[in-house]
Amino acid sequence: MATVELLFSALPEHVRTARLVAAAVARRAGVDEAVLDEVRLAVGEACTRAVGLHMSHGLSSPVRVSLIEDEKKFSIEVGDEAPHRRFSLPGGTLGAGASAAPQNGAAADAKAAGNGSGPGGGASGGLVEAEGALMPGARDEIPEPVPEEDEGDGEMGLAVISGLVDDVEVTTDENGGVIRMSWPTTEPVLP
Amino acid sequence: MDLSLSTRTVGDRTIVEVGGEIDVYTAPKLREQLVELVNDGSYHLVVDMEGVDFLDSTGLGVLVGGLKRVRAHEGSLRLVCNQERILKIFRITGLTKVFPIHSSVDEAVAATD
Repeated sequence: MATVELLFSALPEHVRTARLVAAAVARRAGVDEAVLDEVRLAVGEACTRAVGLHMSHGLSSPVRVSLIEDEKKFSIEVGDEAPHRRFSLPGGTLGAGASAAPQNGAAADAKAAGNGSGPGGGASGGLVEAEGALMPGARDEIPEPVPEEDEGDGEMGLAVISGLVDDVEVTTDENGGVIRMSWPTTEPVLP
Repeated sequence: MDLSLSTRTVGDRTIVEVGGEIDVYTAPKLREQLVELVNDGSYHLVVDMEGVDFLDSTGLGVLVGGLKRVRAHEGSLRLVCNQERILKIFRITGLTKVFPIHSSVDEAVAATD
């Protein structure tokens, strides 16, 4: 099982608690001090996104955070229970102009059906489409990427995570989604 | 650690001094403050982030929202920040191109462009 597991009600006020716990466990696991700020930010973004998904879906179930200490790495999994969402993360580190974007099943399917491409083509087409839908405020003189104020559903957060964390994976299915992130540990754990 | 906010005016600029953590829980307070200032006719804002310990994408969204509001009145929103860990978030998201970021309040107040 995870070294430490945390379940919290999907409310904004608890995200800070998750950040503090994650940073404390990461420090103990031997994650470099210089990287702890990134751990804190990444887990906060992941939890913020999960809280937003639970709230927007009216879910009363808690957000789940697993902090896992392995021999040479420290992993964090943040799980939500929001159904039917699929995500694609552009591979590797995101540059300033890139953005991680979601696609709901319907939009991606419609896109795939519309242009007659396979699932892969539908997914990449959906990414662009989702970006437009995501950032309706991104026009006039403010260049992209621009987070939509106060109602972005965590996609700016995904972009931040992708920019911060080298090893990150986002999976979703009908039961919810999980963001997995890991960092190398640099020193043996002392008792 | 909660969010602290205080405002003062220097000439035609309004300085918003922010301290503590700007995240999904506290960001609405910052948004309210910025909205109130713009509604009261303060269109040239300098947000001093030197006392900010933590900033996430929710906070970025609020700052972008503030920028949109002041620009609707031909105004400006400048940031004061020297903290590398905070600046990094602006760089990752490409927002260093959107916000003028200054190393001191004096510099931000003097800036015109």
